[in-house]
Amino acid sequence: MDASLFTSMLFATVVAGTPLIIVALGLLVNEKAGVLNLGAEGMMAMGAVAAFAVTHESGNPWLGVAAGVGAGMAMAAIFGVLALTLMANQVASGLALAIFGVGLAAFVGKPYEAVALQAVPPIRIPFIADLPLIGEALYNQQALVYFSWALFWGLLWFLYRSRAGLVLRAVGESPASAHAIGYPVIRIRYLAVLFGGAMAGVGGAFLSVFYTPMWAEGMVAGRGWIALALVVFATWRPLRVMVGAYLFGGVMITQLFIQGSGLQIDFPSQLLSSLPYWATIVVLVAISRNRNTIRLNSPVSLGKPYRPDA
Amino acid sequence: MLELEARAEPSRLMSWASPLLAVALMLAGGLAVFAALGKDPVEGFRVFFLNPVKDLYALSELLLKATPLMLCAIGLAIGFRANVWNIGAEGQFMLGAVAATGVALYFGDSESALVLPAMVLAGAAGGAAWAAIPALLRTRFNANEILVSLMLVYVAQLFVSWLVFGPWKDPDGFNFPQTRMFAEAATLPMVIEGTRLHFGFAIALAALVAGYAFMNRSHAGFRMRVAGEAVDAARYAGFSATRMIWVGLLLGGAAAGLAGMGEVAGPMGQLTDKVASGYGFAAIIVAFVGRLNAFGILLASLLMALLYIGGEQAQQYLNLPNSISMVFQGMLLFFLLGADVFIHYRLRLRRRGA
Repeated sequence: MDASLFTSMLFATVVAGTPLIIVALGLLVNEKAGVLNLGAEGMMAMGAVAAFAVTHESGNPWLGVAAGVGAGMAMAAIFGVLALTLMANQVASGLALAIFGVGLAAFVGKPYEAVALQAVPPIRIPFIADLPLIGEALYNQQALVYFSWALFWGLLWFLYRSRAGLVLRAVGESPASAHAIGYPVIRIRYLAVLFGGAMAGVGGAFLSVFYTPMWAEGMVAGRGWIALALVVFATWRPLRVMVGAYLFGGVMITQLFIQGSGLQIDFPSQLLSSLPYWATIVVLVAISRNRNTIRLNSPVSLGKPYRPDA
Repeated sequence: MLELEARAEPSRLMSWASPLLAVALMLAGGLAVFAALGKDPVEGFRVFFLNPVKDLYALSELLLKATPLMLCAIGLAIGFRANVWNIGAEGQFMLGAVAATGVALYFGDSESALVLPAMVLAGAAGGAAWAAIPALLRTRFNANEILVSLMLVYVAQLFVSWLVFGPWKDPDGFNFPQTRMFAEAATLPMVIEGTRLHFGFAIALAALVAGYAFMNRSHAGFRMRVAGEAVDAARYAGFSATRMIWVGLLLGGAAAGLAGMGEVAGPMGQLTDKVASGYGFAAIIVAFVGRLNAFGILLASLLMALLYIGGEQAQQYLNLPNSISMVFQGMLLFFLLGADVFIHYRLRLRRRGA
């Protein structure tokens, strides 16, 4: 492999992994608080379409990202009302959100299907972007790529070094004890769910405004679900979310490069495109086969409704 | 302030009333949506909710749309009752369609009366085989069936596109992504002449009856219900969780595969890359709104079919994208989940600080 090919593949892998990192880290916070929101796909779709529409109308991609955050949070709020206030089944509520969000996004996005956006130029970090091989790939990137790294470091600090993070994890492990000590369990869970929605919105915005500056129905293409799988794969640890997301980005990009390389590989492109989905299944199997890994690492109250005794 | 208070026991009245309440709220929501879009709400209501039932032909189209929904939903309901979350019916539907298409193309212009029965079996087997993957990975490796079955939807979609863009493409089809039209012997006969309502509808009704018998009258169905409602009791009684996962997924897959077979051998008459069009996902809503029982699913599938056709009508007459169907379908499930809380809780007024 020559150097420029390596650099461009690394660049593309980082780009492809970025929305997964942002969304999966949001979901991780969600799940650390004991709430399982399967609606990521719908929240991402709404984030993507809102960001696209606002960017198109205003010409400002950052207003678009803000709209994506707002849309993701609005979707998450619906889930919150159902699953937290009304104590509905979290699996069913999340599925409903996924179906509804994808449908609503297709509906409101119809007028934007034939429109293209101007590509947003990357931000070049002086000096280190000149490093050989990796400089161009890592440090001449979209702003949201840097944001995903900041989010990672921020979450590491928040979850394991801050008092608020400790409370969040306590709420996920044992809501009854957290309530007994006097923490507002439901309010904390709402905040976690809204954070998950906001990050799903950013991830969606990244797809429609920065990654492929266009909107098409179904463009999220299962990334919301892959992000959910990543959290399991990562056994609820931020570092492994990063590693997993880049692995997935790598799988997606490798198949694209094979398709585009003109290498005379006699393998149909559609079947190559299904590789990331098979990869998701394989890693799920690999990580789940030892029952204890999942049991010891997943937040104890994950998916269980909690109602403080009045 | 208003507060939720646990009921001493679940309200039977509410468990029947909550789907009706959800439908009423969805209709009200629909009026609001039309008004918000600047359409006359009354006109919108008429086009969306009344056009699909205006005459006999419209009703036959409604039953046609309801057919795959009730088939997929009754299969899913069996699994859902035991907390087996197969949400990949969309993919199993496609694999059933693929298997049935394979049989139809293999027999070509044959006029044998065995072609259709072979396609029915192939459809069910194709769907079941696709559902066997999450079943195997769940029982053998503990892999979450929600995520695995969902991933396989995307794989199935890409597989279907490969087939219809590649090896199975109709050589005389002007390069459209579709197979050749099936021969007469490979298409389902009509239930009512002059309509498109095909024999698959009868299969779907039979599946509802079979599903009812399985869930309410068989010991296997009883075990699955216990497992869904009281995990510990099921374990104590020694019911095999592994077997329930297999049964739930295989039956769900087979039913979805049959639905796929019905689409290619019925209204489509060929396989295209748009074969599934969301039936497998909509069936999840049907199963929940139908309260996971056969009669409820019958009603819910008619309602959801109405929403599908209403969307098509809205596209034609109101100039709205037909994805408005999915918005209404999602709203319906939201309202149902919200209304369901009143089965176990009631509202009580309490003064602040009291």
